[in-house]
Amino acid sequence: MLQAISELKERAILELSEVQDLEGLEAIRIKYLGKKGELTQILRGMGQLPPEERPRVGQLANQAREELEAALRTARSRLLEEEKERRLKKERLDVTLPGRPIPRGYRHPLSQVLEEIKDIFVGLGFAVAEGPEVETDYYNFTALNLPPEHPARDMQDSFYISPNVLLRTHTSPVQVRVMEAMCPRLPIRIIAPGKVYRRDDDATHSPMFHQVEGLLVDRRVTFGDLKGILMAFLRQIFGPGVGVRFRPSYFPFTEPSAEVDISCVMCQGRGCRVCKQTGWLEILGSGMVHPRVLAMAGYDPEEVSGFAFGLGVERVAMLKYGIDDLRLFFENDLRFLRQF
Amino acid sequence: MRVPYSWLREFVEIDLPPEELAEKLTMAGVPVENIVSPRAGLEGVVVGEIRAIEEHPHAEHLAVCQVDVGGRVLPLVTGAPNIWVGQRVAVALEGARLPGGQEIRRATFRGVDSHGMLCSAQELGLDGSLVAPEDREGILTLPPDAPLGAEVAGILGFKETVLELELTPNRSDCLSIQGVAREVAALTGASFRQPTLKVVEEGPSASSMVKVEIEAPDMCGRYVARIVRGVKIGPSPAWMQVRLRACGVRPINNIVDVTNYVMLEMGQPLHAFDYDLLRGKRIIVRRARPGEKILTLDGQERTLEPQVLVIADEERAVAVAGVMGGLETEVTGNTAHILIESAHFDGAAIRRASRLLGLRSESSLRFERGVNIERAAGAADRAAELMHWLAGGTVSPGRVDCYVKKREPVVITLRPERVNYLLGTNLMSSEIKELLERLHLKVEGEEPLRVEVPAARGDLTQEIDLVEEVARLYGYDRIPVTIPAGVVAGEQKSARQLWEELGRETAVSCGLSEVVTYSFINPKGWDVLRLPPEHPWRRTITLQNPLREEQSVLRTTLLPGLLEVAARNANRKVMPVAIFELGRVFLPGRGELPEEPLRLAGLVMGTLERGWSWPRQELDFYYLKGVVEEILGRVRLPEVRFEADTAWPFLHPGRSAALWVGEVNLGFLGELHPDVLEAYGLPQRACVFEVDWEGALDLAGATPVYKPLPRFPAVERDLAVVVAEETAADRVREVIAGAGGETLRACRLFDVYRGEQIAPGFKSLAYALTFQRDDRTLTEEEVHAALGRIEEELAEKLGATLRK
Repeated sequence: MLQAISELKERAILELSEVQDLEGLEAIRIKYLGKKGELTQILRGMGQLPPEERPRVGQLANQAREELEAALRTARSRLLEEEKERRLKKERLDVTLPGRPIPRGYRHPLSQVLEEIKDIFVGLGFAVAEGPEVETDYYNFTALNLPPEHPARDMQDSFYISPNVLLRTHTSPVQVRVMEAMCPRLPIRIIAPGKVYRRDDDATHSPMFHQVEGLLVDRRVTFGDLKGILMAFLRQIFGPGVGVRFRPSYFPFTEPSAEVDISCVMCQGRGCRVCKQTGWLEILGSGMVHPRVLAMAGYDPEEVSGFAFGLGVERVAMLKYGIDDLRLFFENDLRFLRQF
Repeated sequence: MRVPYSWLREFVEIDLPPEELAEKLTMAGVPVENIVSPRAGLEGVVVGEIRAIEEHPHAEHLAVCQVDVGGRVLPLVTGAPNIWVGQRVAVALEGARLPGGQEIRRATFRGVDSHGMLCSAQELGLDGSLVAPEDREGILTLPPDAPLGAEVAGILGFKETVLELELTPNRSDCLSIQGVAREVAALTGASFRQPTLKVVEEGPSASSMVKVEIEAPDMCGRYVARIVRGVKIGPSPAWMQVRLRACGVRPINNIVDVTNYVMLEMGQPLHAFDYDLLRGKRIIVRRARPGEKILTLDGQERTLEPQVLVIADEERAVAVAGVMGGLETEVTGNTAHILIESAHFDGAAIRRASRLLGLRSESSLRFERGVNIERAAGAADRAAELMHWLAGGTVSPGRVDCYVKKREPVVITLRPERVNYLLGTNLMSSEIKELLERLHLKVEGEEPLRVEVPAARGDLTQEIDLVEEVARLYGYDRIPVTIPAGVVAGEQKSARQLWEELGRETAVSCGLSEVVTYSFINPKGWDVLRLPPEHPWRRTITLQNPLREEQSVLRTTLLPGLLEVAARNANRKVMPVAIFELGRVFLPGRGELPEEPLRLAGLVMGTLERGWSWPRQELDFYYLKGVVEEILGRVRLPEVRFEADTAWPFLHPGRSAALWVGEVNLGFLGELHPDVLEAYGLPQRACVFEVDWEGALDLAGATPVYKPLPRFPAVERDLAVVVAEETAADRVREVIAGAGGETLRACRLFDVYRGEQIAPGFKSLAYALTFQRDDRTLTEEEVHAALGRIEEELAEKLGATLRK
């Protein structure tokens, strides 16, 4: 009897080690442990054994059943593992097929550059202000130290709505509006991005374009501060290696005034067509707020000083992206827009 | 301002290469825009003199000239009409190559040999505006003193190095060679060479020959007249013509050339009158009479107004002061005696006159920006001197000098601490003094400095002007770089700015590309949009001076811009089009200025093509509706309603909707009317929307408030509702929501079905409903009851049946 149990167990374990699939496994389980299975039969036949043999046979049979069940579990997990391996071998994607497209549009390059400029100045402590695009002569000119018949009014050919109202020719009127609204509070640190209009239309001029105005007014603001802020800005937007130079210039609403050049981004200052062989590109106008402009807005120029600047957004975008025709910005050809 | 380098060096001792000088000037605020280098070419083109002219034996329109080219006489055949014996001309010798690429060879014209060619201005590459009108048709006439055999390139100014200055309006002192020379002297430390004048005077005095009266002293501060008698009119000498041409001024005759030459040299605009034609021998500076007429030098008759200043004789206006002379008193070949005018006119007055007449000149430009009143006498003297030497005139002794508005000395107090305060420098008083003295300013004292400004620098009137001069001469690059206090604090964008950003980004993430279009549009476009005459969009703000009719009114909607962009892209076969713009429109306001609200608008047209594992997608009404819902949802707008509405004549009447939030109409969404599609040449159906962006943000939601997550399971049920075709889906949803009550948490429409099993004129709407309670699990009975109520109300309110 004992011999038979032992043999049966050996046989079953051998069969399990050779089983190839889950059906085979189930067949083996039924064959030995099923209701009519061989081991089950033995256990059932225990009653016919002499009483003194029962404990030993019973112990051996139970032990055999436990071993058999463990072997079944092992075989099952081996089979499942094998099956998973087979499935993974079979399942394959062509990973080079295109992904399902998510519809996507593109930000206009001017809007991207504007955003970048805003972010830089916000980081430098400037708030973003706005002003109307249709302006009065007073804010666009007179309050900026450009009284009627001032020769510098010719620098900007304007679109008029009425003798006294025009499309703003620069974002500088926002300076005056902000100062009037803030006076006598300090400090003022704003940028004012927006559209401006001049009566010009050719390959290098658009009747509408974008500027970003900047204004910082406080006690003890110096020309050195103007240089510091503008250099910080230009290095952020054109990269830390960009060369910056300040040249004397003239704007009626600032004095001293400075034209700011950067080293040519196309040729790294060696001289090319874009920079007209000079190695430098004019990038913005700036200066210390003219005492008369401060006074007209209500501040005492003896107590308060400031600087202002104006930046052409199209120019920055053209240099940044290597765009050579201003008109592309306003044609809005989608093949152009999709490049940004 | 064009500055020939050789002329500049007459007044300042420098031997810097032009490039280095240009750099210095540019960095001192006198930008050199360009350096014109001596032009190559024209080798073998020399000065010749026509000695004899014979008719061509076989050709009617040709002539055979014998031309002395310095030592030898060559036969040259020409067809030019403007030739005479004794004329000096440009001869292209055999082997010469002209700028146009033409190579000169000996040639035979109908049997007559020509050993070269007589050249026209155009063949020599000379700008037509620098050539006398009579020479434009034929060959170029050279100055009579041009040396025979000399290279023509030199005579034409082609061998000059010229600095082209792009002057800012404040630096009128640099509108002359001498002015630039003074600036160069200040920047380089070289000395300025003051020229000396030698006027030989003889005969009756000027004051005995003319009387000058200034009737409008507010517009004319000084009038200097000089008389030169017995001039012989002819071409001016070669050296003068070279300089004039190099400065971009056309040589005319020796008298006019002298006035232009002195203007360029000294900055004082001059005018020469034919003295004999001045009636009554009086010069009266007065306002024009209303309607007074004058024939100006350009041959045009101009009607004047009293705000225009004129120079008149006893009877009539003879010049528009400071702008242009009159034709009737012009210097001509017959002129014998000259009256030189060297005057000072008010800049604003000249500017007004010049704008009124649409006339600008070198003279008006200088007066507008400011001329040195003290130099008027010296300039008259210089002109008289030159007319004596170049035109053989006799200068009448003395000047008639009416100086009614004497210049007061300008003395400015400059505080060195103010300089340092504004510049962030640490300059000593003595350093500042030294810098200013380089500009020929007289500086006295220490704290503060007393600075006297010379008449040439009319732009320096107040302390800040001197601060700038100090900064400029010290060098902007030497001013230390600092970061203002407080900047480290950083700032934040306002909520509106962030939402604007979010709006743009959302539109982009929905497949729309951003466009930027002009704020001015075509007023004719309203008819194309089928707008009735009284439509509010037609109430536009109109530009007085548009560039063109198509850009003459300010937009009241973003739609025309989007339509044009769509049309342009479709025309270039760029499809599909999915675009948006966020920008201002301009509406007439109550005050002086219009209102400028922000609008958000979009347009879609075309199809997203199918791919290997996805279907094609129409960019249709529902696509764009989804975009609008997404954008408005992202800025946390409460629920937006779309209601069928035919208020927009440019939209398809059956496919247009009004956008509502509560009682506020925010805009529209719809498919374009076929007439609009056709008018814009759009090849397919297109859908558009426009939203009042600021209105939307007014309604945009605040910070969300957290609600606890549900702890009890939800129950889902599907419901198919059959309703009449014209019943709006929104209406069905409302009824379901109302009847479902508090436990109905979601109602998602997942199918719209027409066809088999549904009667014609009806449709089936299938909804997935979600029921849930916060306090316990719903029972089957409760869900059943809710569904029953929904069914009942649908039947009662909409006549709907359920599709089982």
